[in-house]
Amino acid sequence: MGRYVVRRLLQAIPLLFIISLVLFVLMQNMGDPLATLGGRTPTRPGDRERLKRQLGLDKPVIVQYVYWLIGNDWTKVDLDGDGIAETPGRRKGVLRGDFGTSLVSRKPVLEVIGERLPNTLLLMITCEIVILAGALVIGIYSALRQYSFIDNAVTTVSFIGFSMPIFFVALLSMYIFAVNFKKWGLPYLPTVGMFDPAVGKTPAQVIWHMILPVFSLSFIYFAAYSRYIRGSMLEAMSQDYIRTAKSKGLPRWMIIYLHAFKNASLPIVTVVGLDLPGLLAGAIVTERIFAWPGMGRLFLDHVSRSDTAVVMGILMMISVAVVVFQLLTDIVYAALDPRIRYT
Amino acid sequence: MSTLLDVKDLRTRFKIPEGTVHAVNGVSFHLDLGETLAVVGESGCGKSVTMLSVLRLIAIPPGEIASGSADFKGVNLFKLSDVEMEKVRGKQISMVFQEPMTSLNPVLTVGRQITESLQVHMGMDKKQAYHRAIELLEMVGIADPKNRLGDYPHQFSGGMRQRVMIAIALACDPDLLIADEPTTALDVTIQAQIVELVIRLREKVGMSMIWITHDLGVVAGLADRVVVMYAGYIVEEADVFELYSNPRHPYTLALLEALPRSDRRREQTRLKSIPGAPPNLLVEPRGCPFAPRCTLAGQDCWEANPVLSPIAPGHQVACWREEAR
Amino acid sequence: MDTNMATSAPQQSNSLDELLAPPLTLSQLFWRRFRRHKMALFGVVTMILLFLYSIFGAFIFTESYANYNDTSIRLQPPSAEHPFGTDTIGRDILARTVYGGQISLLIGITAAFIETFLGVLIGALAGYYGGVLDSILMRLTETMLCVPQLFLLIVMAKFFGGKIPSIDFLGRTFSGSVIVIIGIIGITSWMYVARITRAEFLSLKENEFVLAARAIGTPRSQIIFKHILPNSIAPIIVSATLAVAGAITTEAYISFLGLGVQPPTATWGNMLEGAYNYIETAPWLWIFPGILIVLTVLSINFLGDGLRDALDPRSRAA
Repeated sequence: MGRYVVRRLLQAIPLLFIISLVLFVLMQNMGDPLATLGGRTPTRPGDRERLKRQLGLDKPVIVQYVYWLIGNDWTKVDLDGDGIAETPGRRKGVLRGDFGTSLVSRKPVLEVIGERLPNTLLLMITCEIVILAGALVIGIYSALRQYSFIDNAVTTVSFIGFSMPIFFVALLSMYIFAVNFKKWGLPYLPTVGMFDPAVGKTPAQVIWHMILPVFSLSFIYFAAYSRYIRGSMLEAMSQDYIRTAKSKGLPRWMIIYLHAFKNASLPIVTVVGLDLPGLLAGAIVTERIFAWPGMGRLFLDHVSRSDTAVVMGILMMISVAVVVFQLLTDIVYAALDPRIRYT
Repeated sequence: MSTLLDVKDLRTRFKIPEGTVHAVNGVSFHLDLGETLAVVGESGCGKSVTMLSVLRLIAIPPGEIASGSADFKGVNLFKLSDVEMEKVRGKQISMVFQEPMTSLNPVLTVGRQITESLQVHMGMDKKQAYHRAIELLEMVGIADPKNRLGDYPHQFSGGMRQRVMIAIALACDPDLLIADEPTTALDVTIQAQIVELVIRLREKVGMSMIWITHDLGVVAGLADRVVVMYAGYIVEEADVFELYSNPRHPYTLALLEALPRSDRRREQTRLKSIPGAPPNLLVEPRGCPFAPRCTLAGQDCWEANPVLSPIAPGHQVACWREEAR
Repeated sequence: MDTNMATSAPQQSNSLDELLAPPLTLSQLFWRRFRRHKMALFGVVTMILLFLYSIFGAFIFTESYANYNDTSIRLQPPSAEHPFGTDTIGRDILARTVYGGQISLLIGITAAFIETFLGVLIGALAGYYGGVLDSILMRLTETMLCVPQLFLLIVMAKFFGGKIPSIDFLGRTFSGSVIVIIGIIGITSWMYVARITRAEFLSLKENEFVLAARAIGTPRSQIIFKHILPNSIAPIIVSATLAVAGAITTEAYISFLGLGVQPPTATWGNMLEGAYNYIETAPWLWIFPGILIVLTVLSINFLGDGLRDALDPRSRAA
C-alpha cells in the first residue's frame, strides 16, 4: 500500500511541472498586460520599455518560465536598458511560495488569492459533503427499492436535474426560494454575498447565505451521482459473490452494506475525483450569480484585466488542487480495492 | 434410514417479458442421512434452479416458487420466515457454486469471508473464528493457512479458490452440502483433486451431499444415488450401480453413450451426440419433453407426459416405452 | 435435424418451431430494445421538434427582427404580440430563441464533431501504438483534464475574442465569436472521447481477429480503420452524442459569463446573461431560453442512454 502511494506521488510531480509549463505558455499569448496596467496606459515609449524590463517580459519565454518557477533573486536584472544586468531580482519563485505581484493591485498574488480562497473552499467542501451524503442515501435506497415510486420519481428528477446547466438551477432556486417566498410572506433565502453587512460576518449569517449557492452547485452532481450509485449498487447486488453471501445465511444488512456496497463504492470514488474540475468550474458561475466573494469571481475580474500573474496563480493552484485531490481519491480507491494495490 | 431432505412436487417459474419460463416442473426427490445424491442433466435442465429453490435463493421477481414443499429435518423450508431461513443457510445447509473466480467477494480477505459465517452462526468471537478458519484452510489443503487468511481471492488460483469455497461451506458443520457443478470450471487434474478432497472430507465429517453435475464420470466415483433431469423434470432415479449397469430412460442411455470411452475406441469412429437441442422452456410441452430427440418416440410420447414409475426397487423411470417393455 | 422426426410426428411440426426459437439478428435486437426504451424515443422526438423550431421559426421571423431593438418596449411580459416577452433592450424573446437555437445547436454539433474527431484520433494512436507515443499523449490528456475546462475557455475566449471576423453562411451572418467558441470548446473537450477510444483500442488490439489480420500482412492503417475502429464504434457514438449536450451546455456557461458569443447574435446562453439582475422583475428573460436548454440536453441524454443500451452487443437481454 505504501509503495502504491509513493508511486502515485512520483507520478504526480512531473505532471504538475508539465501543467505549469503548458499553462505558462498559454498565458504568454493571452493578452498584453502592459496595456491594462491598473487602467493607466503607459504612454511614453521609454516607460513601456522600462516596465517591460521590470516585469521581465523582454526575456524569452523559457527564461520567464524559469524565473517564475524559481525566482530571479539569484541573478541580476537589467532595469535601465543599457544591456548590462545590474539590479538583483527580487522574486523568489513559485517553488518558494512567491507567485509574483498582481499587475492590477500591486499586492502579492498569494495575498490577493488568499483573501478569496477560503470562501471558495467553504463552498466546495460543503458541496462535496452534501453531494456525497445525499447521493449515497438516495442511491442506495433506490437500488434496494427498484421501480418503487420513490425510485421512479428520483430517476425522473435526476435525469432532468443533470440536464440543467448550473445557472438555470441557480436562477430557478433563486426565483422560488428568494423571490416567491418573499412574495408569499415566507422566510426567504438571501441571494447576494456571504453575509448581510448590517448584521456582520457571523456563522449563522454565512450558513444562511450559503444555502442557495450550495444547493445550486450540488443539485446537478447530486442528481447524477444518485443514479450512478444506484446503478453501481444494482450491478454489485447481481454479482455471484452476493449469491454466495446469501447462501451463507448472512444477515441482510451485512450483505448490502459490507459485501455489496464496498464493491459498489469503487466507481464512485473514481468519479468524485474526476469531477472536481467540473465542480470548480461550476463554482465560477455560482459565485457570479450569488455574488459570493470567492476565487471564481476573482478569476473573471483578473482575466478581463489581463493580470497574468494572478490568473496564472489561480490556474496553478486549481491544477495542484485537482492533482492532489485525484491522488487522494486514487489512494482511497486502493485502500478499498486490494486488486489495485498488487499490480 | 432417516430422511434429511424431502422435496415434493417443486415447481419454479420465471416471468420474463417474453413469457413464463417453466424451469422446474414438479420435481420430487429425497436425500437420506449420510447419502450422496448426484443430480445429472444438460445445461438448462433445471438442476441448479431446483437446488437454489430449496435454499430459497431464487430472485423473487422474476422467479417464483409456484408450488411444492421442501422438508428439511421435518421442517418445510418454504414456510419459514426470511430470518429463520437465514439461520438455516450456511449453518445447516451450505452451498458451493460453480464459478470459483466470481463467487468470492474480491474486496474482502479470504479469512474474513470464512470468519463471518463463524461469527454470525456459531457466535464465535474474532479470535476463536480466526483459529477455526486456519483449521478449515488446512483441512481443505491450502498451504501456509495462517498467512493465507489475510490474502484476497485474486491471489488464489481457481482450484484453490474452490477449496476456499469448500472451507467456507464446511465452516459451521452443516448437515447438508449442496455442490452445484463445483468442478466444471476447473481443468481435469484440478477437478480430480477437488473430488478427492470432497471424498476425504465426507468420510471425515460424515456429511450428506447433493452433487449437481453434467459429468457422468464424476458421478460414478462419488454418488450413492443418481437423479437424471431433463427440461425441468426428473426422468430417471436410481442407485448408482443400477444406473450404470441398467439405464432405462432413453436420455440416460444417450448420455452414457455419449461418454467418450477408451475401451470402445476400435468400434467407434465418431463420438455419439444427442441430436437436436434442449427445449425452449417458455413453452410447456404437451407430451414428453424428450420426444423431439428420442429415437424411441411413439405417438403416445407426443400426447402425454410420462410419470415417474418404479421399475425395480429404488429405480424409477418416466418413459412410456418403459411401460411397454 | 433427423428426418425421421418429421415423419413420426407430422402434426407437431409447428410446436417444433416454437420449441426452437430463431435467434434475432443484431439489428432486430437493436430496434427491439431501442423501441422499448421510451425515454430515448422521447429524446428523439423532442430533438426533432427543437430542430424544426429553430429551422422553421426562421421562416416566420427574420434575423433582423430578432435583433431589432426598441428600448421603449423593453422588459415587457409575455403578450400576444411578444409571446415570450421582450428583453432588456426591447428585442422579441421568441424570435431570439429561434435564432439562438440555431446557433446553440450549431455550436453543439460542430464542437462535438471536432472533439470527437480529435479524441478518436488521439485515442486511437495512443491505444494502438502504445509505448512512448501513448505515454506522451496520455500525459497531455491528463494535463488537459486537470485544468477545469471553463477556466481555460475563459482565458482563450478573452484572447481570441474580437480577432476573428464575421462570416456569412447559409444566409446568416455569424459573428466571429461563434467560430472561436466552436474551436475552443472542441479543443478543450476531446479528452473524454480520447480516453474511451484508447481503452477500446487497447483491448481490441489483442483480439484474435487483429492478430489474424496482421498475420496476413494487412497494412496498419487498414487495421486501425477497417478492423478495430468499426468494432469500437459503439461507445464512441454514445460519447459523441453526449458530447453535443456537453458542448451546448459549455457554450451556455461561457456565453452566460459574457465571454462567449457576443450580441447581437443570440444564443440560448447569452440570452441568460445578466438575467439574475432581473430575477424579481422579469423572469421570462431566463425561463424560456433556460427551458429550451434543459429540454435539449435532456433529450440528448435520453438519446445517448438509449443508444448505449441498444448498441451494447454484449447484453442480449431484450
